[in-house]
This record gives sequence, C-alpha cells and structure tokens, in this order.
Amino acid sequence: MNTKTPIEHREKMNIVIVGHVDHGKSTVIGRLLVDTGSLPDGKLDQVRENCERNSKPFEYAFLIDALKDEQAQGITIDSARVFFKTEKRDYIIIDAPGHIEFLKNMITGASHAEAALLVIDANEGVRENSRRHGYMLSMLGIHQIAVLVNKMDLVDYSETVYHSIVQEYTAFLHQINVKPACFIPVSGVLGVNITRHNQTIPWYRGKTVLDALEEFHNADDIEVRPFRMPVQDIYKFTRFGDNRRIVAGTILTGSISIGDQILFFPSGKKGVVQSIEAFNTVTSSTVSAPYAVGLTLAEQIYITRGEMAVKATEAKPCVTSRVKTSLFWLGKNPMTMKKEYHIKTGCAKVPVMIEEISRVLNADTLQWTDSKSVIDRHDVAECILRTSGPIAFDISEDNPLTSRFVIIDDYEISGGGIIQRDLDDSQTRLRDNVYVRNVKWETSGIPSEKRADRYNQKSALILITGKKDTGKKTIARALEKRLFDDGKIAYFLGIGNVLYGVDADIKGRSVLELANENSEHIRRLAEIAHIMMEAGIILIVTAIELQQDNIEIIKTIVNPDRIETIWIGEESDSELRCDLYIESIDSIDEVVGVIKENLQEKNIIFRP
Amino acid sequence: MDHLDRLENISVHILREAYANFKNLCMLWSIGKDSTVLLWLTRKAFFGHVPFPLVHIDTNYKIPEMIEYRDRLTQEWKLMMIVGKNEEALVDKLTFPDGAVDRIACCRNLKTKALINTLNGTWKRMRFNHHSNSYEVDRSTEPYTGVIVGARADEEGSRSKERYFSPRDTYSEWDVGDQPPEFWNQFKTDFAPGTHLRIHPLLDWTELNIWEYIERENIPTVSLYYNKGDGKRYRSLGCWPCTNPINSESRTINEIIDELKSGNLKNIAERSGRAQDKDDGGGLETLRREGYM
Ligand SMILES: Nc1nc2c(ncn2[C@@H]2O[C@H](COP(=O)(O)OP(=O)(O)O)[C@@H](O)[C@H]2O)c(=O)[nH]1
Repeated sequence: MNTKTPIEHREKMNIVIVGHVDHGKSTVIGRLLVDTGSLPDGKLDQVRENCERNSKPFEYAFLIDALKDEQAQGITIDSARVFFKTEKRDYIIIDAPGHIEFLKNMITGASHAEAALLVIDANEGVRENSRRHGYMLSMLGIHQIAVLVNKMDLVDYSETVYHSIVQEYTAFLHQINVKPACFIPVSGVLGVNITRHNQTIPWYRGKTVLDALEEFHNADDIEVRPFRMPVQDIYKFTRFGDNRRIVAGTILTGSISIGDQILFFPSGKKGVVQSIEAFNTVTSSTVSAPYAVGLTLAEQIYITRGEMAVKATEAKPCVTSRVKTSLFWLGKNPMTMKKEYHIKTGCAKVPVMIEEISRVLNADTLQWTDSKSVIDRHDVAECILRTSGPIAFDISEDNPLTSRFVIIDDYEISGGGIIQRDLDDSQTRLRDNVYVRNVKWETSGIPSEKRADRYNQKSALILITGKKDTGKKTIARALEKRLFDDGKIAYFLGIGNVLYGVDADIKGRSVLELANENSEHIRRLAEIAHIMMEAGIILIVTAIELQQDNIEIIKTIVNPDRIETIWIGEESDSELRCDLYIESIDSIDEVVGVIKENLQEKNIIFRP
Repeated sequence: MDHLDRLENISVHILREAYANFKNLCMLWSIGKDSTVLLWLTRKAFFGHVPFPLVHIDTNYKIPEMIEYRDRLTQEWKLMMIVGKNEEALVDKLTFPDGAVDRIACCRNLKTKALINTLNGTWKRMRFNHHSNSYEVDRSTEPYTGVIVGARADEEGSRSKERYFSPRDTYSEWDVGDQPPEFWNQFKTDFAPGTHLRIHPLLDWTELNIWEYIERENIPTVSLYYNKGDGKRYRSLGCWPCTNPINSESRTINEIIDELKSGNLKNIAERSGRAQDKDDGGGLETLRREGYM
C-alpha cells in the first residue's frame, strides 16, 4: 500500500442550465453529451429503442431522465447532475427545474454553479421564467451567463426573430445589471451550434455552446480579496486533554498568516494569530480562501460564533443593524412587516424585521410595484431590514460572498438576498468610538478565563431597574452582600458616585430619569462598567425605568452576553426587554435567592 | 486547491455547522469506507477529536471483521461508541437468515427499526466504557436531533436528491418532494420539536474520491475491501447473508483506485453485492423514506 499513484487534478466547473419549461434544456444537455462522446456505451441506442418499443418519439429528455434515474417523475423536480468532460476540464451540468413550483430547487441547484446557460425558445420568445431565472442568477451571484436562443429550426433560422429576442432580453438583463457573456442561436434537436458550426446559420459566426463553456472561468480572485472569515466556533477540547483554544471557520475570501493582527466584528475585539492548526497534515504559515481552518490567538479574548474575522490592515466590514437589501422570498406564507424573522449571514443569526418595503417585483406579472405591503412567495423585493443587534458584512459591490444572507421563518429557510447598502443606526457613532477604544486597548497579561477560574465567577453587569420606590437599591445592596459572603467579587456602584465625579462636567440632571437626553451619562457609566468587568468584577447598578435605548448603548460598549437586566415591581409598558422579572417582593432574601439562581443558570457564578 | 481538498473543506465546514447547531448530535458509523472517511473528516474538523458519539446499528449478522475493527478503533481513538440492536426481532427470529421474512423486511426489522428506536432513545443503547473496555447500558435516553450520515449522491438515484441538511419527521420519514432550499453555505439548522435532521457531509463525494482520500490520508480500513488471493473482495459492506464479494484482483488501495478509474466497474452498481437492493423495484427508496440509510 505504499506505492503512490499520483492523483490527476483536473479542473472542475459547475454549470447550471435554466430556462422556461419546454424551451429545450434537456435537449441541449443531451446534445452536448452526445456530441462530446460522453455517454456510456449503448445508452443512446437503448433509450431510442425503448421509445420505439413504446411508440413514442425519441426525446433527449428521456435520455437525461434515464441518466438521472428519474423517469417516474416525468418532470425534473430537483436539480440533478450530469457529467461530461472536455480536454480542458470536467463539467457538472446542474439541470434546474423550470417549473415555478420548484424555484427553491432551482436555487439550491444553481447556487453551486460558476456559470449558467439560459435557454429561450425562439418560437415562443422570452417567457416569464426566462426573466425570473435571469433575475435569480443575478441574485445568486452567477454572472457568467450564455443565452441560447433554441429551436432556431422552427423559425427558419430567421435572423430577425433571433435579433428581436436578443434585443428584448438584453434590455431586460440590463435593468437588473447583468451582462451576458454571449447569445447563441442554436437548434438542440439538430445539433446546430452546440459543439459545431455548420452552415445552417450562415449569418452567425460567433461561438458554439461548447466554446462558450470553455471560455468561462473558475472564480480565482477570492484569495486576493480582503480576508473574511465568519467565526464558526471556538473549540476547547480540554475534556480530551487538549488545551488549545481554537477559533474555527471557513475563509470566504483573502488569506491570513501567523503573526497577522485580526479584528473581530461586530465586537471590535483584536487578536494576533499565533498558530494555524490542522490534523494529520503539515501546517503552513499562511492559509487562504476557501479553506476551513483553525487559528489560535496570542491572547485569550472572548469572542463567539457569528463574529467576522478580518485583517487589521485591510478594509473593515460594515457593522450596523439597518441594511438595504434585495431579497427573494420562497416561504409558503408571505413575508410581512410586523413579524419577527431571523437573518443568517456568515455564521451570525439574529432576529430581524422589515422596516420598509421599497418595491416588489411581482412573481406573476414581473412588474415592479411600490404599493405592496407584503412579500409573497417567489416575489423579489427591495427592502430595508432592521436586525435586533448589529451584524458585520460587506455590501455586495465590495464582496458578494459576505453580503449574502438568508431569512428563517419559524424553522425554515424562507428567503435569501444580498445587502446593497449599510444604513446608519442609532449606535453607529458610538460603535466607531468603541472600535477605536478596542484597538488602543492594552489587553491584560492575565487572560479573562484565568481570572474567572481564580475568582470562581465570570464578570457581569447586573442592571436592576423598575419604577420609582420599588426597593431596587435595597435589593442591590443585599445582593452585593450575599455574593460577597459567598466569596464572590461583587460591587454595588451607586449612581451618585458617578454623577458627582466622572460626570461632574456634564452634571445637571439626574442621570437616568431623563435618560434619552442623557446618553452621555449612560456612555460613561458603561465605560466604567467595561473597565470593572475587565477586572473580573460582578458590578451591580440600579436605575429608575431604564429604557431600551439605554440598554442598546450599554450593549454596544460592554459585552452584551454579560449583561443581566432585572425588572423589579409591577410591569411597565415600556419597550424594555429584561432577562428577569420579579413582580412582588415578600422577602429580600428570597429575591436575592432568585437572582442568584439566575446567575448560576447563566453560568456567571459557578455552583460551589 | 485540488479536488480532494475542496471536498474535504466543504465536509469539514458542514461538520462544524452541525456541531455548532445541535446539542444532541451523533454520527452513524456503519464501519464501511464512507462512514469511516466521515469519521476521519470529523477528526480533521475538530483537530483530532471526535466530540460526539458514534452510533452503530448491529444486526448480529455483520461480518465479524467489521465488529473487531469497530472496537479496535473505538479504543485507539477513544471514541464515544453507542451500539443499538433490535433485540426483540433477534429473539423472535424475525429475520431473513432465520427464514421468517424476506430481505427487505429483515432490513426493516434489524436496521430501520433498530436505528429509529436507538436514535429516539426508546430502545436500550449500549455505550463503550473505556475503563472496563466493555459495553454497558447507556444512561442517556435523550433523542438525537442531528444525525450525521455518510450518504453520497452518486450511490444511487434516490440519494442524488438529498440535501446536506435534510429534515426528517417524528417517524424519521423523508419528504422527497418538498425539501428545504439550501444555498450559499446556509443550511437548515432549525427544527421543530420532535423532528430531527440528517446531515450529509459526503454528498458530493464519489466512490473514487473516497478511495483517493483513504489513500492520501492513510486511513485504516477493514481488510474485507481487499482481495487476499482468491480474486474476490467486498465493494460495499453489510450483513453476511445478504452481501457478496465482487470478482476483483485489487489487493491494495491503489489497485482499487486503478480499478475504479479503468472503468472495469463502470457498469456495475456499487451496491450490486447487496441483495436487498434488488428484491423489489422501489424497495430501497421506500426503505429510505422510512429512515433507512
Ligand atoms: N424543433 C425543435 N424542437 C426542440 C428543440 N429543442 C427542444 N425541442 C423540443 O422541445 C420540447 C421540450 O424540450 P426539452 O429539452 O424537454 O425541454 P426542457 O423542459 O427545457 O428540458 C421537446 O419536445 C423537444 O424535442 C429544437 O432545437 N428544435
């Protein structure tokens, strides 16, 4: 077993073939297979004989079906694959179903393609799905498209017919910013311009379908774009005696080397690549897209799945919670304004709602309207989405791979789209400020995990809020004492302590009562909290009727996963979402007990 | 990046997605070449570790070398090994070798039923104890909500319609006609209570790729795959009463690769040594819809 046969490495390319049903996709594929000699021996004869026996005319579709083992269905319900090779490379042709019912299968198939053939029947002309598929290709990011005007034999190879279709379809593609590689007049059935020029169409001297395929190129620029890696997970397999802390992910674009400084967004944390980890192979000092990799960092910073890693010296991604998008909807139920969905981009998944539907391309008429208030199945829409927390991405113009997202409705992927533009949200300025702070921040030589081990707790910010006179301060003090008695490091920070010191220059109003006008107070409080949390402390703060806006500011400044908000007393109608609600207080001890249990559950303090 | 690297990286990405999204995740290990490559890819994805249990459905009729090999690797690689069985059917002799039922019904009893009830935790699971070096009843009866499987699209027709993340309902049934879309490396990782997902990291691999990768990585495989002098070897492993070796001279991995490339096996389906596939027309697809692997 030790003689090595060198494995040939042939170039591969995935091609999707799309078009309106019956416009001749199967025929074109069949012809390509026959003319390139790619069929298994006897297959063609076998299918022909079969047709004769059943006295039905031979169709290339039967051949394709035979290859795909799909006769029973009669109609391609799923994207199936056929293979053929030329000297240059191996092709995988993904046959996408033309039927609108199966648009989600078409998308599934097409999303794996590097290039596309789009078939239009010369006799029928441009139909609804010719356009829809053109649109979907552009949304999916497939920009190499050859348009085949098929069944030219049925229109007597008329140059006029051909040109009018070319004109009409070019105009359509232009609207959606797609430039096809070429148009080719063909006859699938007769094999005209599929792999060979014959004299059948004297006025056409351009490429054959095969030429067009061979001229497509594989995406090869992903390595040279800025480094982008969605963090898929952080691994620490200590249970298996492994102390490495590995940041794992698949590099979407660019490359990274040992010693490079990287930044994580949306948190804005920084780190330096210490090693590139791998199993059963020699590791190198540089890795690039599209490898699935593992990195260790020189310092132990706290980051989680969903952040995007970028190189500090390269273009920063956008970070915001408001985005302008183009999206297509596949869900059985329409996408509506009031409903909360989830958006997945990279490895991040956050709640999202529609803020505004700008216009909708109707699925049936293919007309744009700006009066629709829902997005129906198979519609394409331009809309503004608002996420519940910031996401990191690039706009599609800068980097299509990191501008993509899908929308989850209940448990299903129900839509997908691309981000066209980032829009400011209320935190934009503050966030930029925090990024600068993070970059300048001197990371402690003691990793936060070690500190947590020593103190037997994770640092946290506990915000106790509620209406006036509900005993918040009493509870805060009791909690501080209980934690202290348990051996924890906890500190109750009275607002007054901040107001007359740190805030002396802007003092003048009571801090949290008029919170909206006092975002600077909140910002300072949050920065103090950030420092104390870096020191490993559990910080307790009380405030009267904290608003959601205040929380957003605090979440931008301190690690949002370590903030516990507790509402005391009767509920208010404010928008604030708390982690814990304590309505009635019988005994302070009991309340403190509940809070403590909550902290244990969240793994902030560990059970002794 | 060559084609094996490409396949490897996609599979690793899928495995990591599965691990990040499913609390109760397991991987089916049939001991065959595909699921063994899958196991190896798991060690790639998790830097030498296998952080979830492997589930093997033992029919009691597996070729003995397979079980030996399973337990050897379990010890060497410190695997969390779970074994499930349809003990009732074995006791009641409701099997094909006992002459009680046909091949398809036997598969249904010993494999499909055993699998479903092992995955959902209704039947006893045996877990390998690395201290005592023996199998003990597993204390956990929690259902697995993510099940990683080594299916490949090129194996046969029904598998070419699979998704990487494929939902199964409470009864493990598969709705082929209405599958979720899957694009841009985003997978269906959300699921309703009571349902689970099958995850297929090897979907894009071919039989040839599997052998090329075994060769490149030097992955240990069961000796049954190689001709030991009698001109026969197994191409696909299963239960001895229903699995036959094929005629082949290949003694080494490289000879198998050459054999596959030469096209000698081109017109012979990979599972042609598996008798149950032929028993009735749509048998396999029916079994598959019911949850068979
Ligand atoms: N006359 C003529 N008929 C064609 C041509 N290409 C396809 N067809 C016929 O158009 C019908 C639909 O073709 P098919 O390839 O099955 O379409 P698909 O649904 O796009 O796969 C079949 O009856 C074909 O024989 C062509 O170039 N000329």
